[in-house]
Amino acid sequence: MSTLSLTSAFSLLLKRDLVLAYRRRSELINPMLFFVLVTAMFPLGIGNDPKLIEAVGPGVVWVAALLASLLSLDSMFRSDFEDGSLEQFMLSAHPVSILVLAKILAHWLVTGLPLFIVAPLLAVLLNIPASAIPTLMLTLILGTPVLSLIGSVGVALTVGLRRGGVILSLLVLPLYVPVLIFGTDAVKTAIIGIPTTAQISILGAMLVGSLVLAPMATAASLRISLS
Amino acid sequence: MIIRFFHQMGSPRYFYNVAGKLVPWFMVSFLITLVFGLYHGLFVAPPDYQQGESYRIMYIHVPSAWMSMFIYVVMAVSGLISLVWRIKMTEIVVISSATVGASFTFLALATGSLWGKPMWGTWWVWDARLTSELILLFLYLGIIALHSAIEDKRVAARAVSILALVGVVNIPIIHYSVEWWNTLHQPASVTKFDKPSMDMSMLIPLLTMAISFKLYYGAVVLMRARAEIVERERNSRWVQEMVEQEAK
Repeated sequence: MSTLSLTSAFSLLLKRDLVLAYRRRSELINPMLFFVLVTAMFPLGIGNDPKLIEAVGPGVVWVAALLASLLSLDSMFRSDFEDGSLEQFMLSAHPVSILVLAKILAHWLVTGLPLFIVAPLLAVLLNIPASAIPTLMLTLILGTPVLSLIGSVGVALTVGLRRGGVILSLLVLPLYVPVLIFGTDAVKTAIIGIPTTAQISILGAMLVGSLVLAPMATAASLRISLS
Repeated sequence: MIIRFFHQMGSPRYFYNVAGKLVPWFMVSFLITLVFGLYHGLFVAPPDYQQGESYRIMYIHVPSAWMSMFIYVVMAVSGLISLVWRIKMTEIVVISSATVGASFTFLALATGSLWGKPMWGTWWVWDARLTSELILLFLYLGIIALHSAIEDKRVAARAVSILALVGVVNIPIIHYSVEWWNTLHQPASVTKFDKPSMDMSMLIPLLTMAISFKLYYGAVVLMRARAEIVERERNSRWVQEMVEQEAK
């Protein structure tokens, strides 16, 4: 068996996951569709008063992003767990946390990035002024990877369970609270026209922190789930 | 000597026997401190000059809130120990603590809203402390749900340990973000306990109640741990012998 360097193992795994996702294109659309759909439900629920919609807009976008990310989390390790390739990753010579990071990155590119792309459309639907849209995009591109990273721990803990879905949301949603708070707050502040450096910096810090810690916790959880 | 003590405590049988002897002591001292604390808190301590008699719920509320955080830290520490050293007993402590912790968190929330109704005029406000306590309750419930969903209880204990550790890293972040969110979106609510000075006649019952709740936690955790041990070790000889003896 030829030995594989860590970098090429990482990129091979990333490429494999992206190809797999590309082969199932309909699943690619689903989180995005869900994101748009949930957001569209809110004005129907709260009424069509433009001021009211504008006031809740940032919160609605972020809650919808949270739910869309939660909905797609389950697929992160599911198929690999079912066909046994997850156990092969565990047996490989490379640190599991790095391999896990490749899977999380692939998952985010497939499910998190589409939210970022469709966000300006939702901002328009929810009367968020154009001046705040760049901030919304920035918070989403910093925040959604954090959601995937934190979520990966929850998925790793519940992957072996038959009905993990509800438990997953119970495990993961409380941990999403800080991202929701700072993401929403940055957009609200941007609407008023005040600089949002503080919120953006904190979101960045959360991203860096979870980038370092979450893959380790996920690797440890996977080892437990597969034992 | 100390190493030997920990070594012995790691054995389920030894732990079972020691815990059995400790439970009555914990129970008796819990009852004594409870009666003392409640009597002094509810009857002896003077009424508050602003809130009158209704402040007295704090003798339940504040110790419960302290316990809700204390128990989570205990769970995280014993979770770390059980992940690193694979000690069965600390796994059992993690599991046995979760329900007690959730109950105390719920008690803190319930008494808080009972107090809030006459004081703030509403059952619930999205105050920083209330919100982070509510999230803490969700964290506890997540731990309990995960534990009951995994069938192999040793695997469940380790999964729960990881979750407790992830939670304990997140709790300060959640707490400070909720505080930030609160100060930006809502004027500060009346928080009585921020006042630095509290009269000794009020402080002593409060601290007694805090100790009393800790003793209660100790007693309940030991009792739950004993039940858990018997269930896990039901195929071992000492448990079967013990059951046979009790049957006679």
